[in-house]
Amino acid sequence: MSSEATGDLVLVLRRLGGTVTGGVARLGYMARFLGAILWYTPMALRRLHLTVREIYFSGVLSLVIILMSGLFVGMVLSLQGYEVLRRYSAQEQLGIVVALSLVKELGPVIGGLLFASRAGSAITAEIGLMKATEQLSAMEMMAVDPIARVVAPRFWAGVISMPLLAALFSAFGIFGGYLIGVRVIGIDAGAFWGQMQAGVNFWPDITNGIIKSIVFGAAVSLIAVIEGYDAKPTAEGVSSATTRTVVVSSLAILALDFVLTVFMFRGVGL
Amino acid sequence: MPVAATADSHATLSPTRRLDPAAAAIELKDVSFAYDTRLILRGITMTVPRGKIVAIMGASGSGKTTILRLIGGQLRPKKGKVLVGGQSVADLEPDALYALRRKFGMLFQFGALFTDMTVFENIAFPMREHTDLPESMIRDLVLMKLNAVGLRGAAQLMPSELSGGMGRRVALARAIALDPMLVMYDEPFAGLDPISLAIVGQLIRRLNDALGITSIVVTHDVYESLKMVDYLYFVSEGKIVASGTPAEVRASSDPFVRQFVDGQPDGPVRFHYPAPPYHRALLANVE
Ligand SMILES: Nc1ncnc2c1ncn2[C@@H]1O[C@H](COP(=O)(O)OP(=O)(O)O)[C@@H](O)[C@H]1O
Ligand SMILES: [Mg+2]
Repeated sequence: MSSEATGDLVLVLRRLGGTVTGGVARLGYMARFLGAILWYTPMALRRLHLTVREIYFSGVLSLVIILMSGLFVGMVLSLQGYEVLRRYSAQEQLGIVVALSLVKELGPVIGGLLFASRAGSAITAEIGLMKATEQLSAMEMMAVDPIARVVAPRFWAGVISMPLLAALFSAFGIFGGYLIGVRVIGIDAGAFWGQMQAGVNFWPDITNGIIKSIVFGAAVSLIAVIEGYDAKPTAEGVSSATTRTVVVSSLAILALDFVLTVFMFRGVGL
Repeated sequence: MPVAATADSHATLSPTRRLDPAAAAIELKDVSFAYDTRLILRGITMTVPRGKIVAIMGASGSGKTTILRLIGGQLRPKKGKVLVGGQSVADLEPDALYALRRKFGMLFQFGALFTDMTVFENIAFPMREHTDLPESMIRDLVLMKLNAVGLRGAAQLMPSELSGGMGRRVALARAIALDPMLVMYDEPFAGLDPISLAIVGQLIRRLNDALGITSIVVTHDVYESLKMVDYLYFVSEGKIVASGTPAEVRASSDPFVRQFVDGQPDGPVRFHYPAPPYHRALLANVE
């Protein structure tokens, strides 16, 4: 092997190593940041109005996009599901198919992706701008820790909002599925709801969905607050941090969804 | 290290009138600081006596804000000590540092008002965070502070609705919300029209004297500071290059001070960012 090729190989290996150690360091940093948030949580919860306010900003203001998307996803699901089920003469099962896909997968995942782009990006931009305009510095100089006052309430607001939004997404999705399946296609309403009631269990179907949405909410909120807190205090810095929040938290949701689903299937003995 | 020992490290304009270190609220002793490897401050020694207004002057990028952040404990010196009331700020535990900061007020370069709160809430913020005062008391205190800066009528406005000068005055009112012992002003005059500028200048002097505050004013406005401060330090390239009372500064023949006071583009502080000789850059295309 020529020395030049060895040099290239060393360079590639070095870069690979750098990427890996960088990634691990980043994860460690995120864990420490989460630790700091948890440390200040009692302080943040004592002034609940701060968290309630953030629930309004990330949760309530995301409602429209969540509900609209849920409705449309449910309608499409119903059409596609009916088309497949009819091949096996199993149209009556449409209610189960729609409900299970929404509650176990689509509600948490699509809800989470929408939450990341609607609320996560807003949180990053807001914290980043507060940093760029020295508001966080000013808080520190007033002996108020920004993690307690700014970051922790936004984090918890995300963790609380996300499962509620995912549940509403699923509920509207099921309603959309009903509109198409029962009202348009003409499946018997009794069969639609009855099959759903019999086939969807609270444990593990619904609880799994709730667990997923809580984990996604925590992941998106953590990524959003960290990106904002670490943003370069300039206009470009804030805008690229906002983009990163959406990209990173979307990937995180999809990866976590896979991991969680694997564990949940093991749980039911698959 | 007493202040006298620094006389040879920079041009103290009058050797007979030095600040008395015993009365010092703030002391920097041979402080050096670097961002990563970039040395910003190289051996700064200065004293801020209790109850006085001291100006730190220098071109932008000379490290003035960095000095304030060192005093506030947001940064730690790489070398030397920053003493506040005799205590080294960098050695304080987080709790003690936060306790100390409650006695500080700081006016940030661009005001740093909380954009999601009204003027009233901005000034009430430190009170709500650090005291258990009843709402009626907070209201009275906030209005009092606002009245002191002449903006009682603006209590319900949002920061985005304020002019530059008004914003600075609100930030000033917030800085003195908890009756601090030390107020640090970072470029309080930057971007203000001449009238607002004079108003803010007078306010700083009045608040200092009426409330018995110690003040540090970071600025590059020589004219305004000569009118209102008790002592000036000139910083250049991370060092203190001159210091003195306003009268001494006016009479000084120190080339750096003269350049600053008279506003000459070239002198000890260069207009040109360091670069290879001009003719070589011009000829580079020809070669
Ligand atoms: N967070 C930072 N990281 C790296 N360099 C910085 C940082 N903040 C300031 N600097 C650099 O330190 C120098 C001094 O900054 P500063 O104290 O803000 O100057 P001044 O307030 O006198 O204009 C500048 O050259 C600036 O670019
Ligand atoms: Mg500055």
